[in-house]
Parts: sequence; structure tokens; C-alpha cells
Amino acid sequence: MTEEPQNKELAEAGGPAAVESIGQRAGMFGVKGSGDTSGFGGLVQPTLYPGPAQRPFGPSTSSGESGWFDIVADGLDGLIERVVIHRGEITFHVHRDHLVEAMQRLRDEPSLRFEFSAGVSGVHYPDDTGRELHAVYSLVSMTWNRRIRVEVSCPDSDPHLPSTVALYPTHDWHEREVWDFFGVIFDGHPALVRIQMPDDWPGHPQRKDYPLGGIPVEYKGATVPPPDQRRSYN
Amino acid sequence: MDVSTSSTRATGSTDGTETTDAYAGTSETTSGRVYTVTGQDWDTLVEGVGEHADERIVVNMGPQHPSTHGVLRLILELEGETVTEARCGIGYLHTGIEKNMEFRTWTQGVTFCTRMDYLSPFYNEATYVLGVERLLDIEDDIPEKAQVMRVLLMELNRISSHLVAIATGGMEIGALTVMTVGFRERELVLDLFELITGLRMNHAFFRPGGVAQDLPAGALDEIRDFVKLMKKRLPEYADLCNANPIFKARLEGVGYLDLAGCLSLGLSGPVLRSTGYAWDLRKTQPYCGYEDYEFDVQTWDTSDSYGRFRIRLNEMWESLRIVEQAVDRLAGLEGAPVMVADKKIAWPSQLAIGSDGMGNSLDHIKHIMGESMEALIHHFKLVTEGFRVPPGQAYVPVESPRGELGAHVVSDGGTRPFRVHFRDPSFTNLQATSVMSEGGMVADVIVAIASIDPVMGGVDR
Repeated sequence: MTEEPQNKELAEAGGPAAVESIGQRAGMFGVKGSGDTSGFGGLVQPTLYPGPAQRPFGPSTSSGESGWFDIVADGLDGLIERVVIHRGEITFHVHRDHLVEAMQRLRDEPSLRFEFSAGVSGVHYPDDTGRELHAVYSLVSMTWNRRIRVEVSCPDSDPHLPSTVALYPTHDWHEREVWDFFGVIFDGHPALVRIQMPDDWPGHPQRKDYPLGGIPVEYKGATVPPPDQRRSYN
Repeated sequence: MDVSTSSTRATGSTDGTETTDAYAGTSETTSGRVYTVTGQDWDTLVEGVGEHADERIVVNMGPQHPSTHGVLRLILELEGETVTEARCGIGYLHTGIEKNMEFRTWTQGVTFCTRMDYLSPFYNEATYVLGVERLLDIEDDIPEKAQVMRVLLMELNRISSHLVAIATGGMEIGALTVMTVGFRERELVLDLFELITGLRMNHAFFRPGGVAQDLPAGALDEIRDFVKLMKKRLPEYADLCNANPIFKARLEGVGYLDLAGCLSLGLSGPVLRSTGYAWDLRKTQPYCGYEDYEFDVQTWDTSDSYGRFRIRLNEMWESLRIVEQAVDRLAGLEGAPVMVADKKIAWPSQLAIGSDGMGNSLDHIKHIMGESMEALIHHFKLVTEGFRVPPGQAYVPVESPRGELGAHVVSDGGTRPFRVHFRDPSFTNLQATSVMSEGGMVADVIVAIASIDPVMGGVDR
């Protein structure tokens, strides 16, 4: 399969949204690290993430007014890189330079009022060149009963993001956790130290280039390698 | 427990009168004198500290202290008995569950995440499974019976979790009867879990697409008996504690945190509801069909530990109400499917009791080994390789006994999670330790933390 028909297929299924390709997958069973024995080694498929959505974002209302996705997007006017709507969840991708301002508006504007943050989740996309490290914030507006996601990224070569602890004090431990596991430096955090791993731990364990670890286990004369060294079907 | 005194003056002077203890000596460090206490005669310690009575003392409480709900380390700065600063040290139970899940299939992930918050395993499974189902876009295809069974197990689990919260919280302030009766009732819930899932904890019972197995025969009667018994037993807690002057004196006004504090620190669950704000995800953002059940969100308006205790007690009553409704619905759903019909997602085999205990159903073995080559291939592919989940990310939070529990599930289109991050309420709520306990007494720190009800397995993951 080439990229084009897949694009079309997804576009038809999910409305006008384009797709975003990050990385690719080769072969039939996703075997990595050893020779391809499936006979499908020539098969290359791009990994297609849901792409940016177009206005109106919805969700459609019975009265014909603009949905609350649009209201939130209006409130963040000028700060959004792109908006992704997937499975009914909206994600606002924000450039790191605009993160604090966007968060400030989201928290304080009466039409937005995202007064509760469910924390920060780091994700490492090694194939997303120039934006390898992502931080994902899940915000809740209890006033309006809305939930959005704010996503910000930084390159591996310059792993800095502005800290939002001053806006959402709950991010204190969450940012420490993302630093601990992904090596993202949150500038302005009051005490950015490791939280789960020991203080002198080398490396950041949840990055994709960090091995899972483990020892081979012997069973009746045969050895079972640790999970990250087994032949995988991913 | 380490006790260290720090002082601005030199602490090098040691007088010759000190007794030496091989296990609990004192040592001089750059930050002051450090006393190691390992359960010997306290007089020795008090004498030693007494020399520096005018100084600030830093007490290192835990991570192996029985009052810290597992391996929580508290670093308390004391002046007399008053806590001037309180900080938490966590990470002693970090097991890399999130990382491990990236090396197993989507279905196997349940086995890992159920072990995180070990007092509410079903909630860990639920939020993860709901996230995977949203990415698979099969949320509407989950059979009704699976949804009702999930609700039933989650609410039973809420009861068992709140019972432990009340039991251990009582024990820590010396109310041992609360502990013994709390664990007595929890045992009954665990018996039900064992009956339904086969395990008392670490069930891995919720699967993407439904639940692992149908209800065993007689389960509904057992649950009805349990509800009947609990209605008799729950008032015992109220009689024992609600108006008990000692209990109230220890809890009232302790661990105070108002609504603004809760929201800025991200606190949810009973702590948030103790401020009088009725925020409950089961009502506000329903999942698993919670909108079909009748129950009330319990609040209290004191913002303190006593309010949180009363909320937990009341929530157990509400959970019983939901359990009753779920049982009634299940009675009408006998023989209905508990797994999604899509054979590309549903786990192929079913479990059954054999002569040597629980195992793969013999009918299924007969089918794949003797009747259908395609079924065998299908079974093999799903069990070894698993199913693929379309790329994207999802976050479906649930209202766990401790607050908002959510799994941020990211897929790259593979048969394994690309990344799963759990927003555990214990982790977030523990951040309130300092604001709840600074300025209070040492003994109140324990009460404040017990009112947060952290589970370290969930905090450290």
C-alpha cells in the first residue's frame, strides 16, 4: 500500500482532516532488530497520526451555534499551532514560546475557565524529527464541564519547556516526573529534581532509546531473553 | 527513623558521657548531628536531643514507618511538636509499570496496570481499557453486560478501598476496633472478587472489548447476601466513630484544605468533595453507563479530615445502591455476551473450571485443536501478536476512590502501547501534604495523610 490511498481512506472516515505521518513501519509483523522472515520486508507503511482539523471544529449543536471546541479555539486565537480532533477529544498543539500565555488564558478567561489540570504526561517520539519530546497537559473546566488536551513539544537537542507551576501548582510533581523520565527541562520550575528514580540515576528511563533492562531467564536448559530483546511483533 | 539536628554553630563537641549503641549511634555530618533510631530505649535519644533543645530538628519519617501507608518518606522539620515544614520523598515503590507496558500487547497491559493502585485494581484496569477502546473506536460496541459487570466490580471495589482507608486511618490514631471491623468487611468484598474473577487482587479482569469471563453461577445471590449484610454492618462504623469525641477531636479541623487549594493543587475525589463541591466524574463525565444508575454525590462542607471520613462512609452507602441496581440488571442479562463481537479484538479463549482448577475451556481447546485450523491460527495470532490499535491518543478518566484516575494512552498503530501514562490521584493528592500539615502537630500529619488516603503503589507506579 502506498501513502495516498490510506490518506484518502482516513480522510473519508474522519471528515476533512488530513493525516500526519510520523515514522514508518516495515514488513508484515513489525519485527525489528533481526532479519525479516515474513517475506514482506519490502512493505513500508507510514505511521499516520490524526492530522489537523478544520473549522468549524464542532461538536455540532442542535441550535446551530458554534460548538465549544470553536469557543475554546477562539479564546486561544493566535497561540495555536494546530488543532487535532480525534475520537471526540480535542488537542491544541501550542508552540513552547506560547505555552505559558495559552495556559494563563485557559485558566483565567471567563469563557474558558480551565481551573483544574490533571497533570503532565511526557511522550517521546524519536521519529518526530525536531519535536521529539512532547508534554501533554489534560485540562478540565469544571465551570463548563469541558476537557481539552494541550500538547507542546521540544527537540531532543534543546529539551527546554517553560514551567507552568506558577499557573497550576499541581504541575510541580508532574513536571519533575517528566524531567525524571524524559529529560525535559522545565525552565522556571522551583525545584526540578528527580522524583521517582534515585537522585544519582543516569539517563531518563522512559525515553524510547533507554532499554527496558532485564536478565535472561533459564528454563529447562533454554534461555528466555528479557522482554525488550525478544523477537517482537509490534 | 533518622533524627538530625542542624545548627548554625559547630557541632563537633562530643562529651564523654554518651552511651554507645552499636545499632543506634550518633554521627556528625555537615548538616548537624544525626541520630539513628532503631527501636531502642527512647531515653537515650531524648537525652541526646535534649542537649540541642533550642535547635530545629529534622525528622526523617519513613519510608518504612507503619503510619505512612506503605513506603512514603516524610521529611518533617519540627520545632517542639509543631511541624514547620513537611516534604514527601516518594519513589521507593517505583516499578516501571508504564515502561513495561510498552513491551507487552494491549491486552497484556491490563495485567501490569492492575498492580499499580493495589487497593483499587479495577479502576486502573477500567481507565486503561476505556482509553484503548476509545482508540479502537469500539466504545459503542461493548456489550451491556460487560459494562454492568464493570460498574458492579468498580463499586464493590470502592467499598473495599474505602474500608481500608477508614480502617488504616483509624488504626493510626489508635482506634483499633475500626481497623479490625474494616478488614473484616473488606474480606467479604475480596471473597466476592475471588468468586467472580478468581483472584483477590491483581485481577486483570477487564479487557479491551469487555471483561474476561461471565459471572459464575450463584454470584448474584452472594452479592445480594453481601449487600444485606453490609447494610447491617455499615451503621456500626457510624455508631463507633461519627459522634465519638476522641475520634472527632483527632479529625476535626485537621488537614484543612479549601476549594481553591484543592483546585490549584489538582486534588480530586473525597478531598475535593469535602469542600462541599459535588464534582464526581461518574456524574459529570459519565463512562461505562453510569448515567443509568441512581446515586447521589456525597459532599461535606468542613474541608477537613473528619469530612473526608464521613464522605467515605456515605459513599459506601451510595456504592451499595449502585451495586443493587447493577445486580438487578445482571439478573436480566443471563447468558448475554461479555466481550465485544469483533473477533479481531476479543480474546479468543474462554476460561473454565477443570479438574485441576481454572484453565482454558476444554471446549475451546477442542475447537482449535480438532475442528478448525483457522480458529487455531486466529487464536495463535491474537495471543502472541495481539491486535493493532490505530494511531492517536486518548484519555478517559474514571472516578476512583481517591479521585480522578486517568490513563493517557498513545498508540503508534502497533500491537503494543506506544506510551501509557497514568494520572494517579494518590500521586497528585500527596502534593497537598505540606499545606495540610505545616503549622500543625506531628500527630496531625498522620491524620492529614490518612485523609488523603494515598496508595504508594499508585504514587510510584
